Amino acid sequence: MAVYLDHAATTPMFPEAIEAYTSALGIVGNPSSIHTQGQNAKRMLEEARERVADSLGCAPIEVVFTSGGTESINLAVKGLYWARNNPAGSRPRILVPRGEHHATIDTVEWLERYEGAVIEWIPLDAVGRIDLDALAGALDTQDNIALITLLWANNEVGTIQPISDVVALATLRGIPVHADAISAYQHLPIDFSTSGLAALSVSAHKIGGPLGIGALVVDRSTTLVPLIHGGGQQRDVRSGTQDAPAAIAFAAAAQHEAPSLAALRDRVIAGVRAAVPEAQLRGDPEDRLDNNAHFTFPGCEGDSLLFLLDAAGVSVSTGSACRAGIPEASHVLLGMGLSEAEARGAIRITVGHSTTEADVDAFLAALPGAFSRARRAGLSGRNVAARSAAATSDGNAPDATRAVSRG
Amino acid sequence: MSGGVDSAVAAARAVDAGHDVVGVHLALSRMPGTLRTGARGCCTIEDSMDAQRAANIIGIPYYVWDFSERFKLDVVDDFVAEYSAGRTPNPCMRCNERIKFAALLEKAIDLGFDAVATGHYASILTDANGNRELHRAAAWAKDQSYVLGVLTAEQLAHSMFPLGATPSKAEVRAEAAERGFSVASKPDSHDICFIPDGDTRGWLADRVGAEPGIILERDGSVVGSHEGAAAFTVGQRKGLNLGVPSPDGRPRFVLEVRPSSNTVVVGPKEALDLAEVAGSKFSWAGLAPTDPSTAFDVHVQIRAHSDPVPAVAVVRDGELVIRPTTPLNGVAPGQTAVIYVGTRVLGQCTIDRTVSAVPVSAA
Repeated sequence: MAVYLDHAATTPMFPEAIEAYTSALGIVGNPSSIHTQGQNAKRMLEEARERVADSLGCAPIEVVFTSGGTESINLAVKGLYWARNNPAGSRPRILVPRGEHHATIDTVEWLERYEGAVIEWIPLDAVGRIDLDALAGALDTQDNIALITLLWANNEVGTIQPISDVVALATLRGIPVHADAISAYQHLPIDFSTSGLAALSVSAHKIGGPLGIGALVVDRSTTLVPLIHGGGQQRDVRSGTQDAPAAIAFAAAAQHEAPSLAALRDRVIAGVRAAVPEAQLRGDPEDRLDNNAHFTFPGCEGDSLLFLLDAAGVSVSTGSACRAGIPEASHVLLGMGLSEAEARGAIRITVGHSTTEADVDAFLAALPGAFSRARRAGLSGRNVAARSAAATSDGNAPDATRAVSRG
Repeated sequence: MSGGVDSAVAAARAVDAGHDVVGVHLALSRMPGTLRTGARGCCTIEDSMDAQRAANIIGIPYYVWDFSERFKLDVVDDFVAEYSAGRTPNPCMRCNERIKFAALLEKAIDLGFDAVATGHYASILTDANGNRELHRAAAWAKDQSYVLGVLTAEQLAHSMFPLGATPSKAEVRAEAAERGFSVASKPDSHDICFIPDGDTRGWLADRVGAEPGIILERDGSVVGSHEGAAAFTVGQRKGLNLGVPSPDGRPRFVLEVRPSSNTVVVGPKEALDLAEVAGSKFSWAGLAPTDPSTAFDVHVQIRAHSDPVPAVAVVRDGELVIRPTTPLNGVAPGQTAVIYVGTRVLGQCTIDRTVSAVPVSAA
């Protein structure tokens, strides 16, 4: 039986979300149609919107359904940028902390490359918290800022950001803030109406809802330039036929009582420290997501650990972005000041509503063996010199000499 | 698993043989292309997806292992450095020597595996005493034993080539189709994987500095000039643009490239004939001959698909010296000479010294 400890990647759908989803799939009707079937679909959709709004402390009209978290972030960041930097060049500056999700990084870098944006990267401290003094400094010295965008809580290392402090600094200067709350949703209390945020991104599949739907919460008074043009559904901000069954399933998950995960997380953290004393907990030890444990294992490649744990039936993550499956040293850890070698040994363990103590214990039982084997493999893929010399037979003396000299 | 048909079938056969198999795709570039370019591409995102789909069908786990830094250092940079030094390297052999059967194999062994199985067309046979020997594949036309000639006994002990006994590539494709692999009719990759458009000259020109220099006859007389010695290869005839006609009026060929003095040496075609090639970097693919300092009969092959030539080999003064019974033609330093006894690969050397069959005075 596989042990799944990668709930931050995606978490199982709640049974009531599956039930709501599958029963809605048989109902015909486009929510934009005027006839009775259309109105029925519209009613289902709007009830779902109200329930999602309720889970986020916002008005239903402020919930814009999207295809997921990445679209929400793209819409918020590009939409705010285009609305605020008008005429072009008047407010080209975007403030972004280091260590954001790639959905944000790649979006602001695209704006920089094609739309004249100027990106101001705000540093992180050693536990991954935004440097508020640096943020305040940037706000004081620049008067052409379009927006600030940041994670509510870091998806890799679990550090919770001081969102209210950021909003307070920004509000003084009238600058809109977008929060990527995809990893924080249902793990931290979110009340949009009192947050002072201009926009907030969430995703359904991270909270036990279906894949393929998310939402951008957009404050009523905030103007966004749309990404997707068409029928003008959803306040003219996001065109496209609305997916009532997915919205209903999303709402079912959003209304589910948030699971209590801190005890399981603490069991992971204490257990890893006991099993592998060399392991370093990363991220904020106190202000961290209740589902997130993140460690670096000295002398190991994270992907070797992941492979060995997978072979032992335990699914975890290296936490970092993959491109075509190629593991890269985490930019979050690098942004927190770790060396590339330290960052390569990262493993993220995230618990969820279906996790049991037995799951955690199965992981902890497999960890010491995986750790010692991964450490033996070490960075062998990268620094093979001495080893290849050792493996070379006598006839290859010139080769061996060469290999050693490369080390 | 490269994403091609050979490694997919090799993996499936290893599973059928009862092994506990995991599919590994090597990420050899940090900037993989987004789509395959014609038939030449390798290591693209599409190749990675093809490999994963084959692994899915076989029912084995699949991972991507990143060797891009090692590949750049040991294969790509080595390729450029060798060309800059006037030699003609074989990057596929370097990759086998340093990546596939070195870095990959070591990591695999450390992680608990016993062997690396690849889709190479070659065979491993075991002699009466249990020693492993590398042999040509049954499919002579596809035989890849040459590029595996760099493997040592230690590496062979941890290698498997499940396609070795297959009589033809067509059978491998048919088997892939039968197994439901989408790559059954995928074109073969060829040339050098990190030069996707196949323009090796242009690729090198961007990376190897070029400065004008002179072209000499073997007697030292200047017969022309060039825009950069590294652009020339031994055996090249076209593009010399010599200002002085040859004494005998016959065409001249590049005999030698000397990067240290940025000069190119030319001469008549027969001066390309070599009576001897030798290299101080040599290895034995399995058991070494009992007394390599006593001359022994072999066949020598100097390119992946050239014909083997009868020769006599001997180890003398730290070099593997090979004297073909008929002259070898157009061999450049940096190429690998692989020696065979029958179908068995005995060993190899990187050629760093050659002796012309024709003395200067006679040319």
